[in-house]
Amino acid sequence: MTRKSILFTLVALIALILVPLGQGNYIIYVLTSWLVFSIAAMGLNLTLGYAGQISLAQAAFMGIGAYIAALITLAGYHWVLGWLAAMGGTFVIGLLLGYPALRVQHHFLAFVTLAFNTLVFLVLRNEDWLTGGSHGLVGMPRPNFFGLSTGTNLEFYYFTLVLFVISGAIFYWIVNSPWGRAFKALRENPVRAESLGVDTRRITLLAFAIGSAFGGGAGAIMSPLVQFIEPGSFAFIHSLKILLMVVVGGAGFFFGPILGAAVVILLPEFLRFTEGYYLMIYASLVIVLMIYSPSGLIGAGQKLYARLRPGRETRKDMEKGAQL
Amino acid sequence: MSEFFQLIVSGLSTGSIYALAAVGFTLLWQASQTINFAQGEFVMLPAFLVLALSVKLGFPLWLAMPLAIILAVLILGVLFKRLVVEPMIKHGTLPLVIATIALGVLLKEMVKEFYSPLGQPFPSLFPQDVVTIFGAVISIPDIANFVIAMGAIVALQLFLGGTRTGRSMQATAQNPDVAQILGVDIKRMVLYTFMINGALAAIASILITPIYLAKFSNGETLGLIAFIAAIVGGFNQIRGALVGGLLIGIIDNLSATYVSAEYRQALPLILLIVIILIRPQGLLGTSEGRTV
Repeated sequence: MTRKSILFTLVALIALILVPLGQGNYIIYVLTSWLVFSIAAMGLNLTLGYAGQISLAQAAFMGIGAYIAALITLAGYHWVLGWLAAMGGTFVIGLLLGYPALRVQHHFLAFVTLAFNTLVFLVLRNEDWLTGGSHGLVGMPRPNFFGLSTGTNLEFYYFTLVLFVISGAIFYWIVNSPWGRAFKALRENPVRAESLGVDTRRITLLAFAIGSAFGGGAGAIMSPLVQFIEPGSFAFIHSLKILLMVVVGGAGFFFGPILGAAVVILLPEFLRFTEGYYLMIYASLVIVLMIYSPSGLIGAGQKLYARLRPGRETRKDMEKGAQL
Repeated sequence: MSEFFQLIVSGLSTGSIYALAAVGFTLLWQASQTINFAQGEFVMLPAFLVLALSVKLGFPLWLAMPLAIILAVLILGVLFKRLVVEPMIKHGTLPLVIATIALGVLLKEMVKEFYSPLGQPFPSLFPQDVVTIFGAVISIPDIANFVIAMGAIVALQLFLGGTRTGRSMQATAQNPDVAQILGVDIKRMVLYTFMINGALAAIASILITPIYLAKFSNGETLGLIAFIAAIVGGFNQIRGALVGGLLIGIIDNLSATYVSAEYRQALPLILLIVIILIRPQGLLGTSEGRTV
């Protein structure tokens, strides 16, 4: 990390600590769900932005994580156990799902995950005995840590913030470890990566499974946050939403999905006055963004910066955006 | 036995309509590596064009339908190609995937906001009578849908294989560089492909909408089915998409009767996953080779 980025991170963290103070419950709730979705989007960024695979099932992984955590906490165990089980469970499912899909052509993971998301939705809806069917599960308790409660919305926000920072740190560590460099090598030039001894299939599979585990972890936070989960919250459309977060923010950039999640979650609040036109405006903006800057908002920002400060090179590898 | 036969026939009928959407999907993939996530909405929209022309503007139905097909060719073919695909194709596949997802949302919301969020009755072209063949009761619309959909696909095959333009389009799909060297105007050929997709979607729309109501959300399931049909049959083959569509139609009908209604939707998805596991190139497809 350069000194500049350390400074930036610190300022951002202080801002995140100060922002909810004095805000109403609703704003705090929106901010908390932004953090939760940022974690899920971070995971998808690993799959998409670094390993170059489209996953359309991040919401399903969130759902699986949320249900695992809900069932475990409702059975009376501590939330941390549920969280770990959610991450572990989704990691294993990611491996099982990714292994056959990645055996074949590159765009197949997109199709398999698409089908998987719908299957998960159907199972959650139809298996009443376990998941409560379309009525979902209610009343998941918010956890206590060594006497510290997370009962109020503000307390829960800080709890989520801590998990967000932990997830961010893990993510940063992964992409800067030799592993993460292998992810990048793979995205930039798979043939070259393979010839340099990177086991591309294993690395891609791992990226997908870890990305899915981030989704599961986010889901596990979701269930005590909302205290009510039902299959509809994890339908295919929400996977698209998370995919949009990553792409709109900038796939392959550390802060991309965090920015993207902010746009996707907070923009509806700003565009509320447009009422029914909100989704239309949003969809049109996405199309325009994809035409002018396929590497998302951060990519667009860098382009602008490079134009204002000639002599600096933008990342050549991101000019085309992440590839399918 | 006659019940089984009945189910097969009506499955073939809806399956042939699915095949129309799946063939269009495959064509776009071949011509320009466009994975069109808005294909379902492409099938949803023309029905509303027909309704807008006939109910709102008072055109007679026999005029409204061809007009709607022409409009679909222009909007879903030419405009889609010019405004969305062309400026983006140089960025690679992923931005285009995202853009078509957004386009699907846009079309859906526009219909919901500007036409109606409620399901609209849609006129059927054919009398709702039934005929009895070998003891099985078969409805006239089923037969007519099958004949028209198959007719459209056969006509498309004849066009692609039998005319100079059609063969140029195939050449463009197989190897654009060589096609261009040989003097094929590849941009024009790709545009034709998009126009054909628009027409196929419009025909599918007019045939399938009377079965349900015309609703803005119709595209969600239709898109997924077109998708599955194309992959199950073989992503790079028109006849693959045809077989895939028919197969999904039959499976859908049989599972509605013989499998639980709750998991009816799951069967095509399971079929998709099984096919990808054991025969990734699809039932009739030829392998494109591993890329990574």
